[in-house]
Amino acid sequence: MKVTVDQDACTGSGQCVLSAPEVFDQRDSDGIVVLLNDGPDPRLHEKVREAARICPALAITLTRP
Amino acid sequence: MKQPSNIVVVGASAAGLTAAEALRHHGYTGALTIVGAEPRPPYDRPPLSKQILRGTWHSDRVTLRRPDALTDLGADWRLGVAATSLDTDARKLTLADGTALPYHGLVIATGVVPRKLPAGHELGGVHLLRTLDDALALRDGLLTATSVAVVGAGFLGTEVAAAARERGPDVTLIDPLPAPLIRPFGDHVARLCAGLHAQHGVRVRSGTAVSALTSRDGRVTGLNLDDGDHVTADLVLVAIGSTPAVDWLTGSGLNLDDGIRCDQTCRAAPGVVAAGDLASWPHPWLGRMRVEHRMNATEQGTAAARTLLGAAIPYAPVSYFWTDQYDVKIQAYGRPSGDAELHIITDDPATHQFAALYSTDGHVTGAVTWNLSRQARALRHHVAERTPWRHALRACRS
Repeated sequence: MKVTVDQDACTGSGQCVLSAPEVFDQRDSDGIVVLLNDGPDPRLHEKVREAARICPALAITLTRP
Repeated sequence: MKQPSNIVVVGASAAGLTAAEALRHHGYTGALTIVGAEPRPPYDRPPLSKQILRGTWHSDRVTLRRPDALTDLGADWRLGVAATSLDTDARKLTLADGTALPYHGLVIATGVVPRKLPAGHELGGVHLLRTLDDALALRDGLLTATSVAVVGAGFLGTEVAAAARERGPDVTLIDPLPAPLIRPFGDHVARLCAGLHAQHGVRVRSGTAVSALTSRDGRVTGLNLDDGDHVTADLVLVAIGSTPAVDWLTGSGLNLDDGIRCDQTCRAAPGVVAAGDLASWPHPWLGRMRVEHRMNATEQGTAAARTLLGAAIPYAPVSYFWTDQYDVKIQAYGRPSGDAELHIITDDPATHQFAALYSTDGHVTGAVTWNLSRQARALRHHVAERTPWRHALRACRS
């Protein structure tokens, strides 16, 4: 799994951090998403899929590497 | 419970699309039909009053999924054709082109339609905002408008006032309530909103309603207010709320008291669930509600789909919503309503940073932040866990 985030689309809701704090964080200044790990461990995949599903800004894209 | 073998989703926006995806995600492999009144593939609405109006996004960017993701759903798409009636006894849906669609399971997610003023919508320069076409027409109108009046100071009205002001014209924001956004946020935050708009040069006319539109040669020239004033405007946006799109369900047998009345699991009738803006359901501890926010479309679409597949899980979301106005991002959890007690944690007018907790029943029931996204997330747990008010106050002070 390869994770990409669109910081321009991100609304800073932080829902991804609630789902997968190992993979996503937010910038201090404006809450925009920061990707901590673009190739997360398989045991995190379901949490990352959940983060991508619930993101209200559709800012998370998952692809096969 | 036996799973349905033929599911129809009516409504191809965020809630309907998410429900369809959730059906597949949770193992449904049967026939799936998705009906949408608009001819476009599913698109997202929050950017319509933000990036699209500001002109920072091309209209292609609001599509909810890439074409291959839509294809992968394995659905029969019926776009550009509205559903016109439903017979829940016969489990049959009728579409505007006369097609009859039988179903075992049905997801209803037809959303809401904007409310209109009693008269004047036929005039040139008078806009509503719900669809992408509405947004593009409004954006084009703003390019040449010299004076804009926004009727209604809810989320849509205030976002459009901000986007319009950034484009240059005079903007007047009119609402009969005492301050903008007072319903969702209460008096204190509403007054901050009024100040924010005034600071950006918007004339905020609170506490007065529109009595009539004025016009010349078929185009709007302004509005008369019920306090006797006249506001000049060559573009008017009417954003006075919306009503559930349930007219087509008259006679269906569904209870249409404030949208579609569902049980705790979003079920409206045997084999029928509802999700998104039009679904009313009893939240396990907050009581009956109907939520017109983007996040709810996703969460309730998923919950309704699971109910249809036999799960019996009460839908108990921690509501999240946001609005962008100028350089301020307002984020909220729960129900930060006006009748609540307010505890202000941060209030810095210079940076427009603000954070507060709300309580209505001795527990934390809502949280609001301005330009403090990380803190919004940190406060969420108080809302989710219904932290006793005095414990939350102690935690905030320490």
